[in-house]
Amino acid sequence: MPYINSIMFLPELILTIGTLFILTVSTFLKNISFKFSFNASILLLVFSLYSVTFDIDTNLFNYDNFFDNGAFIDFIKILILFGTLVFFLFSEEYFYDLNLDKFEIPILILFSVLGMMIMISCNNLISMYLGIELQSLSLYILASINKKSIKSTEAGLKYFILGALSSGILLYGCSLIYGFTGALNFQEIELKLSVLPQLDLGLIFGLVFIIVSLAFKVSAVPFHMWTPDVYEGSPTPITAFFAIVTKIVAVGLLIRFLILPFGQFVDDWSQIIIFLSISSMILGALAAMTQNNINRLLAYSSIGHIGYMLIGLATGAETGIRGIIIYLCIYLFMNAAVFTILLSIKINGKYIENIKSFAGLSKKYPIISFIISIMMFSMAGIPPFAGFFSKFYIFISALESKLVFLAIIGVLSSVVAAFYYIRIVKIIYFDDGLDNFEVILNFRRKLIIFISTIFIAFFIIAPSYIIDTAQELSKTIF
Amino acid sequence: MFIFSVIFYFFAFIIVASSIMVISSRDPIHSVLYLILSFVTSAILFVTLGAEFLAMILIVVYVGAVAVLFLFVVMMLDINFVKIKEGFLSYLPIALLISACLVTELIIIFISKNKLLPEIVNYSDLPDFSSKSNTKDIGNVLYTDYFYLFQISGLILLVAMIGSIVLTLRTRPGVKKQNIAEQVFVSTKSRIIKKKVPLRKGIK
Amino acid sequence: MQELLSEYLPILIFIAVSLLIAFSMMFISFVVSPKNPDAEKLSPYECGFEALNDARGKFDVRFYLVAILFIIFDLEVAFLFPWAVSLKSIGLFGFWSMMIFLLFLTIGFIYEWKKGALEWE
Repeated sequence: MPYINSIMFLPELILTIGTLFILTVSTFLKNISFKFSFNASILLLVFSLYSVTFDIDTNLFNYDNFFDNGAFIDFIKILILFGTLVFFLFSEEYFYDLNLDKFEIPILILFSVLGMMIMISCNNLISMYLGIELQSLSLYILASINKKSIKSTEAGLKYFILGALSSGILLYGCSLIYGFTGALNFQEIELKLSVLPQLDLGLIFGLVFIIVSLAFKVSAVPFHMWTPDVYEGSPTPITAFFAIVTKIVAVGLLIRFLILPFGQFVDDWSQIIIFLSISSMILGALAAMTQNNINRLLAYSSIGHIGYMLIGLATGAETGIRGIIIYLCIYLFMNAAVFTILLSIKINGKYIENIKSFAGLSKKYPIISFIISIMMFSMAGIPPFAGFFSKFYIFISALESKLVFLAIIGVLSSVVAAFYYIRIVKIIYFDDGLDNFEVILNFRRKLIIFISTIFIAFFIIAPSYIIDTAQELSKTIF
Repeated sequence: MFIFSVIFYFFAFIIVASSIMVISSRDPIHSVLYLILSFVTSAILFVTLGAEFLAMILIVVYVGAVAVLFLFVVMMLDINFVKIKEGFLSYLPIALLISACLVTELIIIFISKNKLLPEIVNYSDLPDFSSKSNTKDIGNVLYTDYFYLFQISGLILLVAMIGSIVLTLRTRPGVKKQNIAEQVFVSTKSRIIKKKVPLRKGIK
Repeated sequence: MQELLSEYLPILIFIAVSLLIAFSMMFISFVVSPKNPDAEKLSPYECGFEALNDARGKFDVRFYLVAILFIIFDLEVAFLFPWAVSLKSIGLFGFWSMMIFLLFLTIGFIYEWKKGALEWE
């Protein structure tokens, strides 16, 4: 057993054992089960976050055949764990308010995080599928966890049906690729493909099916239909989890799957990615304008963001991947702040759903209003804030790869999208409204808002650290 | 081998026909029964391929459990199914278009298979099912070589278990339960209280 | 392959014969039996009365819970079959691999028990 020491530090292993432990213990606790599982999960996430940084080679029980390690994977894992930590820090009060203090919620979140880690570190079509299933099965349950609300049930059901459809498409694609290459392992597929002058028709179909299924997961247009409904129906912290964490992992998986086994056939898949990217950017910008529900608006906004990230992937070059990595970081912080603030503001004891209820917030809570405006300007991509740089590096990579039209469409749609972000700022500052707001900020929420605001507002001062890191990471993929 | 192709086409035809009936029959109970028919015939096709274990699992899990669950669900919902199907015809053109696309894609793939370079996939090194027991084949690799995937599927089952309980378990208020252990452990001390009753006052 | 399939020949013949008998019985009774239908004869009735309500009654959602828990344990048992067959060749590691798998589901079972999902009322 020479390897048993090294495998002990795998974050997945720690997460699995920890989750099972929390599940078992909180089953036996009566009244404090939610409190226990919630706080124990935070501790567990910190542990796993720490364990990701251990760089360990292991080849126990055929490990390499199914999983992979690397700087990029570790980075995405850190983002996932960090995003989940943010979720845990801002959401506890919400669940108490809605009488949703079930101890299964943290458990299911942890299981879906485990699924995401398996997804992102997969090195094999089967482990990819199983990771996706573990992640999405937990998410279906979480979307419909609020049994009393019809919308939540509807959200879960819609998500489940479309997710099952996309899994079916994924399996169809996997079976085509297996049938035409005879391999399931990513490296093996790459090796077999390397002798081909061009992709075989069957392989193209397999590739397309898998991209379609992953496009469901990242909710790129035209596979986005579930996103607004699910975002609207699910409890808001769960929506935040969808918006922040699942998007990151799905984009990461898409990058790994396309660059690793199909890296030499960029020309074949980049057309599809370009199409997805253009349609997501345009729809994300246009459809969000008419939305009054804040969750639906954020859903369309996330669709738009995915469109920009896909530009970077469409280039298939290092600079593009670098752009995506920077974008993902900034996206995480922006959404963390926005959702934390959203969960902190109450009107007459109720959480905000309609954008128009923000009217008049600035008079009573100027600091919070100012932070919201910073986040909105950043999402719109207005210069001094971080959101500008995320788009900037993406567009640079598009220009370098001679995808000028993509950059132009990106700029245009971000100008259009700026309209609805700034509309929120306008409502907060210039519209008259009631002043029965109540902003509840405990230490955890203040911490998240503080860190994200610092990051977003002062990114311009020292961007080089993130950018250099992203540069290094993007090199490791190719 | 003529007889085998006859068997294959016969059962394949039944699968396709019963699948069409699943979506087109008026009564959802009939749909489920046709679904069972298509599961059983798929199991027969697995047998003709030599994959006996998969065939039996298909019958045990899909026919024995999943289809029964479907029946439960169909019975559980008090929905007017005729009403649900009203929009069926208006969606039919799109559905036909999509299925036509899929069929053409399949056909194209089958045509292109002839162009496949033989050095990529060696189709002849497929295992010979007839000489070995494939239950044993699966067992030999599933728990050792595929250790990780096996454990992940265990976790997926665990999540399914938690999920079904979280979403459907309702505790009804006011239901009196018999707790036998409690009854057995009862002692006289906890049930009989001796009290001195003061004269003319009684006890409250 | 030929030998394997020839093992299934009796079953095939059995299916063919049973199909033949079933269809011929239905066909013969369809052809031979006297038929004189009218609207009243064909209408559904309930113990001599007109049907009082729909034949389909609502099931309780608890049946569903029982059924889905059954499926999960059914799948678990499905995993046990190949394990039992090849336990000799997969050695101690294979044995413990299954024990870990069972541990996951046992934890689920404990959870289920404590939540009261196995109790009817």
